Order: sequence, then C-alpha cells, then structure tokens
Amino acid sequence: MIVSVAWRNIWRNPLRSGVIITAITLGMFAGVFSAFFMKGWMNQRLEAGVETEVSHITANHPEYRENYEISKYIPNGTQITSEFEQEDIVNGVSPRISIQSMVSSAETGTGVKIMGVYPEKEKTVTNLYTKIAEGAYFEGVKRNPIVIGEKLAKKLKVKLRSKVVITLQDAKGNITGGAFRVCGIFDTSNSMFEEGNVFVRYNDLKNLASLPDGATHEIIVHLENQDDLFVTTDKLADLYQNLEVKNWKQLVPELGLLTEMGDMYTYMLVIIILLSLGFGIVNTMLMVVLERVKEIGMLMAIGMSKIKVFAMLMLETVLLTLTGGTIGVFLGFITASSLKENGINLSRYAQGLEELGYDPVIYPVIESGIVSTIIFLVIFTGILASIYPARKALKYNPAEAIRTE
Amino acid sequence: MNIIEIKNLKKTYNDSEVEVHAVNGVNLSIAEGEFAAIVGPSGSGKTTLLNMLGGLDDPSGGNILIDETELSHLSSSDLINFRMRNIGFVFQSYNLIPVLTAKENVEFIMQLQGKPKKDREERTYQLLEAVGLKGREKSRPGKLSGGQQQRVAVARALASKPKFVLADEPTANLDSKSTENLLDIMEELNKKENITFIFSTHDQRVVNKARRVITLEDGKVISDIRKD
Ligand SMILES: Nc1ncnc2c1ncn2[C@@H]1O[C@H](COP(=O)(O)OP(=O)(O)OP(=O)(O)O)[C@@H](O)[C@H]1O
Ligand SMILES: [Mg+2]
Repeated sequence: MIVSVAWRNIWRNPLRSGVIITAITLGMFAGVFSAFFMKGWMNQRLEAGVETEVSHITANHPEYRENYEISKYIPNGTQITSEFEQEDIVNGVSPRISIQSMVSSAETGTGVKIMGVYPEKEKTVTNLYTKIAEGAYFEGVKRNPIVIGEKLAKKLKVKLRSKVVITLQDAKGNITGGAFRVCGIFDTSNSMFEEGNVFVRYNDLKNLASLPDGATHEIIVHLENQDDLFVTTDKLADLYQNLEVKNWKQLVPELGLLTEMGDMYTYMLVIIILLSLGFGIVNTMLMVVLERVKEIGMLMAIGMSKIKVFAMLMLETVLLTLTGGTIGVFLGFITASSLKENGINLSRYAQGLEELGYDPVIYPVIESGIVSTIIFLVIFTGILASIYPARKALKYNPAEAIRTE
Repeated sequence: MNIIEIKNLKKTYNDSEVEVHAVNGVNLSIAEGEFAAIVGPSGSGKTTLLNMLGGLDDPSGGNILIDETELSHLSSSDLINFRMRNIGFVFQSYNLIPVLTAKENVEFIMQLQGKPKKDREERTYQLLEAVGLKGREKSRPGKLSGGQQQRVAVARALASKPKFVLADEPTANLDSKSTENLLDIMEELNKKENITFIFSTHDQRVVNKARRVITLEDGKVISDIRKD
C-alpha cells in the first residue's frame, strides 16, 4: 500500500516528476552507454595489443632487452621452443630472431624491427596473419618474402611484390644487406606497430645475420587461457633460470591498466552525473514535502508513525530515481546492442586515434557487472537524496501541520 | 462510564511577545455515547483543546485521561499507536489523501494496522454505505463534493473503531444542505452504534443538534449544558 501511495504521489505533479525523471534518464543513459563504449574501446585496444602485437609470454636472453643487441640471443632457442610446447596449457610457441635494422625502397628508408619467424608457428601466437589487407601471409613469393605494415608501405611507397632492401649489422659486427620482396601487407588499428615491424622467414634472416642454427632472440608463448598468465610466467621463469620470462602485463603494463582506467573513468563519470542529479532530486523532494505539510500532518494525526511517513517519502524518492534510472539503463542497453554489430566509426572526428593504436571503429561491449554497479549507485543516490527532505517532513508536529493553510 | 477525564488542562503559547493562555484551566468529563459540541468565539481555544485531547499537541499543564490512560505518560511512538486505535479525526478541510480513492482512504489506517484484507474491505464498504457513499468507492477526493469528502473523512475516522471521534469545525466548509446531511449521518452513527462525537462549531444549526453544548471563552469553560 505504501508503495502504491508513493508511486501515485510521484504522478501528482506529472510535469515536475517528468522533468526530473527525464534528467535521470538522460544522465543514466549517458553513464551506461559510455560505460559500454569505454569497455568496448579498451577491450579492442587490449585485444589488439595482446593478440596481435605482444602475445602472452615472452622469453629472452636475460640481457637482450637492455639494448636489443643481436649478440644477446638464446643459443638453443628452437630446442627450448619444443620444450615449451610440451606444457599442456600452452596453445602455441613461436621462436623469433629480432633485430633492429634499416628498410629502404627506391624512394626512402626507415628504421624497423625485423623479425625472422616460422610462419606456421607464428600463427599460433598472434593473429597478425588474419590482418593481411593485401597479398598473403608468406605466400606467393618464393625467395625472401617479407610481410610489412600498411603504414610502412605508404611511407616507403612500395606495393605488393615491390622489392625492399634490409640493412643490418650481423652477429660478427659487419654491415650486411639483403633484398626482400613484399608478399603481404597487414593492416592493424595501431599505425605505430604497422610502421615499426616487418616479418621475414626465420632461415632467411638467420643466414643474412650470420646467426648460428637455433639462435632466437624471443620465444613467444600463447596460452589457452589467460587466467594462467602469471602462474605460467612464474613456472617458466623458475624452470629456465638463465632466461628472462615476462608476460604482457609486465612487458607493457600500460596495456593492462587500460581496462582499469576505463572502468575508473566510467565510475567517475557516473558518480559525477549522479551527484548533480542528486541535488536536483533533493530539490524536487523538498518542494514535495513543503507542498504536503498538511497532508503529512494529517497522516501522522490519524496514526501513521514517523518511520512510515519517512519510509513513504524515501520510497517515493527511490521510485522516482529508479524509474529514470531504469529507463536510462534500458536505453543505454538498446543503443549499445544496436551498435554492437556495426560499431561506431570515429575516424571522421578523431583522425589521430589510429596513430595511438586505437581502432577508430568502436564496438560497444555490454557488461552486466557495470550495469549492476550503476543500478546500485542509482538506488543509493535515491536513498541518500531522500534523507534530508524526509527528515524535514518529520520536524513538523501534526497539530501545526494541520493548521497550515 | 467516562471515557475522557480532563483536569485543569492548560496550554500557553509564548512564542510571540505576549503569552497567550489558549486553554486556561479546563475541567471536563465526557461519557461514552455523547454527542457534544464545543462552541465559543474565535480564538477561545476550541482547536487547541481538541488538539490536546487528540494527543496532537502537548498541554502546558493538567491531565488528560482517556480510558484510564494518562496521555502525557505515553512516549511519542506509543501515542501515535494510541491515536490510531482509540481516536478518530475529522478535519475542517477534509484532508483526505488525494491520490487514493474513497475506499482506499477509508482502508488506509486498517492497512497500517495490518488488518486482513477481507475484514478491511467488509468494514470499508459498510462504512461508506453508512455515510451514504455507496457507489462512489472508486472516486478520488478531487471528484467528490466537499460534503462527500467530509463524509469519507467520517468513514475514515471510524475505520479503526475508535473510542471517540474528534471533529474540529467539520461543517465550516460545507453548504447548509451538506451540513445537515453530515450531521444526520453523525447523529445516526451516534444513536445506532453509540459512537462518541466531540465537535467544535460556529454553526447554530449544528449546535442545535448537539445533546451537550460546552461553551469556551478565553480558554475557560463558561457553560456546559446537557439537553437530555
Ligand atoms: N501555534 C500557536 N502559536 C501561538 N498562538 C496560538 C497558536 N495556536 C493558537 N494560538 C492562539 O491560541 C488561541 C486559541 O486558538 P484556537 O485556534 O484554539 O481558537 P479557536 O477557538 O479554535 O478559534 P477559531 O474559532 O477561530 O478556530 C488564539 O488566541 C490563537 O491565536
Ligand atoms: Mg479553531
């Protein structure tokens, strides 16, 4: 009954309640939608960063990452690779030679990291092979094929099947060079990655750089389940004391912080929205209480206890807030789901996004955890905003309240 | 048997510069089944007396005993409960809950008391019929005339079977026909069901219907006449 009275009381002044409900609706829509948007955005960046670029775990010579010197390789890298492959939670392992080098076309040249890989093994640790925009992943060119990024291709002004020259300092310290032919051009959302990384076959690079058989600079490990990330990292580090074993969260910590940052941003936004809405709600409810002094006095006179009067006003506030909140959350849901398939293309508004490694087309991700937290915060705001007005109502004594004309 | 005993009751307001002795030493007994009017000029203390009698306002001195319960001994939450069970109120400006229908208004207190639905509805229909509002159960106060609203208020006051009903100028906002109608209903309830009514009024026709007339002046009882 109290619920029904509270609910009907809201609609005594449809305009005033409508205005505040609309404000709450819009606020919560903005909050929920930006939460899904943020989540999608951050997940995409994370996905790209982990699945396309870094993979899960990397093992190096302990001094390799200090200066990326060619001489700091793991001598028995291919053998360790097959040992890693025995771990049953491991999904794929790929050994790489990785050297800082120069790539040049007829037009110009630039510094890149060149990686010598076994294409079939590489496919098990990153999904770069699915990002080939032109040509194919190590197919179609017999001698010295090279896979480069779209951004680099533009910079060098080269096309598919164009020749590029790689210049590097080999293991003996001599400057050497080799000609490669572009067999595939990949397109990721990260132009920095596209511009700075090229891939060739392991043996081609090994011969060019005069490295011994089995030498690798990086052994990349991809896990079946990310939950095992730290356990596996620790286990491998323990087993191979003479290697440096690190996972992506340790190698690129800013990537791991992305999700947390996204969540934090969302909650901050929602809290700011709710805070400002809260004041509006307090104001509305104070007006309500002032308007109903006489009625509240009557209710207390005929035997409604203060607690019940308080509860009724609180309920009215919470219902008001929840109505707007529910509609807003619902609208946020609908909008996000309708955009889930095709995404939101920001490239027209933010051309620099891709430069920073962010996909300009964002696919919102619906996550119920955020929504339940937001709904909880909405209810909490309603309760909080009702306390002051409801307390005010209890200050009147019934006789005085009834005298008020 | 007396259900109300008032002894040397006083109420002094001193929130303005001058002290106002709104009720200044009233002694009264009211027995079950009375139909009593409190009259007197404006400002004589009628409302103040009724409010204290209903436990809505604290006396400055003296005692009110209702059925052997001393009102001033009750805690404020006990007092609310006591009011709910023992006292019915009818206000000058009806004061119904505007969002509830006539039926729901009457039912409301019984609901707060946690009475079962069947009992509630039975009593509500019976009361609304008694005040001549059969068929208007679903109307909200805004759709009822002043007289009809006041009759709903009388039904509401009786819902929890109180020991007595207090009504402060219940007919002041009503036209003469509605006034007569309301008085007839109150009189009938008083005669048939022995419900005690205590009401204040300025209206001579209402005074004529009363079986006891208590006159106040300057917060004191200056005459107390029984007509039986
Ligand atoms: N809250 C208050 N504060 C100060 N004085 C008050 C208050 N309530 C009533 N009074 C004073 O107490 C006196 C009695 O008032 P009360 O309302 O009881 O008279 P009444 O007989 O009901 O008058 P009326 O016939 O006009 O309704 C008046 O002088 C009034 O001004
Ligand atoms: Mg009065």
